[in-house]
Amino acid sequence: MSKQIKSSIKIGSGAGYSGDRLDPALELMKRGDLDYICFEGLAERTIALAQKSKMADPSKGYNELLTYRMEQLLPLAHKNKIKVITNMGAANPSAAKMAVAGQAEKLRLKGLKIAAVLGDDIYGNIKTYMDLPILETGRPLASLKGKILSANAYLGYGGIVEALVNEADIIITGRVADPSIFLAPMVFEFGWNMNQIEKLGIGTLVGHLLECAGQVTGGYFADPGKKEVPELWNLGFPYVQIDRSGQGYVSKLDGTGGLVTRATCTEQLLYEIHDPRHYITPDCVADFSNVEFNEIEKDKVSFTGATAKQPTDTYKVSVGYRNGYLGEGQMSYGGTNGLQRALLAKEVVQKRLARLPFPIEELRFDLIGINALLDQGLPSGSPIEVRLRVAGKTGTAQQAQRLANEVETLYTNGPAGGGGASKNVEEIISIASILVPKKDIDISIEYLNI
Amino acid sequence: MKLWDIAHARTGDKGNISNISLIVHDLRDFALIEEKVTAEAVKNWYQDLVKGQVIRYELPQLGALNFVMYDALGGGVTSSTALDKHGKTLGAYLLEMPL
Repeated sequence: MSKQIKSSIKIGSGAGYSGDRLDPALELMKRGDLDYICFEGLAERTIALAQKSKMADPSKGYNELLTYRMEQLLPLAHKNKIKVITNMGAANPSAAKMAVAGQAEKLRLKGLKIAAVLGDDIYGNIKTYMDLPILETGRPLASLKGKILSANAYLGYGGIVEALVNEADIIITGRVADPSIFLAPMVFEFGWNMNQIEKLGIGTLVGHLLECAGQVTGGYFADPGKKEVPELWNLGFPYVQIDRSGQGYVSKLDGTGGLVTRATCTEQLLYEIHDPRHYITPDCVADFSNVEFNEIEKDKVSFTGATAKQPTDTYKVSVGYRNGYLGEGQMSYGGTNGLQRALLAKEVVQKRLARLPFPIEELRFDLIGINALLDQGLPSGSPIEVRLRVAGKTGTAQQAQRLANEVETLYTNGPAGGGGASKNVEEIISIASILVPKKDIDISIEYLNI
Repeated sequence: MKLWDIAHARTGDKGNISNISLIVHDLRDFALIEEKVTAEAVKNWYQDLVKGQVIRYELPQLGALNFVMYDALGGGVTSSTALDKHGKTLGAYLLEMPL
């Protein structure tokens, strides 16, 4: 096996969350001259929900959009020789691999090697870790009241790099830390390793800038009159061009909407970061405190100053557990005196709920448009419309339904002029985090040639 | 003048912790926000909403402050009963702060 040595590579970002838009990713694959495209699609609790669907059907448990996305992107990956890396395998990368192969066969594509990276799922061993402290509360894992549904470690770049060494074209993982998905191709192409820890810091910065896709190209940024984003409707997704020395820039395709500036990059740099000197990933402890951005051309921003320290000896593990049910109901009031009628409706529901024969936790009464996001008291004027929202946690779905019904029934049992009732009942799957020794976790890879 | 006139913000969440970046449009305004928008000022601004401490990190070369607010999200996105479970809208409210 001989690998063509590349001095620099181009990595595109195809998704910033599980339900993201696909067209900008396809555009990048068509016109971006990419070597790699990575799709991040696994929020904190997505995997717990996926685990539930895997329990119901062992051939499921991966991202619901996976087959649709693959149908659209596989021909482009095949034609333009772009390697695809994604964590959309969720709770079942192995089944996801079969689903991708199925799509490739439907499309009559030949000569693709599909890999599934396994090992993040430690649900089978969870009993071993019941004494470990929960990071969020400090109490032992055993203190969780609800049934545990899933336990997945945030893996690093290791498994993906191994799959690349073995010439995989499409790599599907379960839980892998978001930046690691992007770091893996740099490690593979440039031979970076733990002895060049600052390089892993740079690659982690690249991953962090790319992992939310459009969030670095002007998505989640526009504020009319202050921060204008050209043609936001046609937002392009980002790519990074980076060389072996770690020099590179973020950009997007010409002819797409959005923008890449120091401001968009700085917002994304600090997105979901706490201490910028200690951004802990499975691969390193990145230090972004001295990062600088330089606008070298329109929509082209170079980055410098990232570095890192050695990684910790643990993986963060997300433990998904059942945490009761959410019951929620909403009703709108408008026109003259609408706010007063909404407040009366709130009082009525409050009293009716108090008489129900079961406890409701974290009960909230929001007036949407007035205090649902942040409570700053009631307005002095009269808003022309307001929406009452009632939400709380219950032990069972039936109880949550009772709660929601107490809002809907305001129609004929509440103040005048309520309209547009809606209700929602869902199971709450919560997440607790623990730190598990890296040595406890074995990574393995399955391959399928088509 | 309010913060919105000179700065922008983005909010993120990890568990029950919210973080808000506050970034000046013009680097020359950094000294002003560094002086005025202290961790204490932010804690007071959000009042009961942020139950834990607020820690501020500074990145002067980017004109940015990063506020990390503990116990701020009603248990976090996987457990809260709030409409905006991520607390994504909190940053825009910070920009209302008068200077």
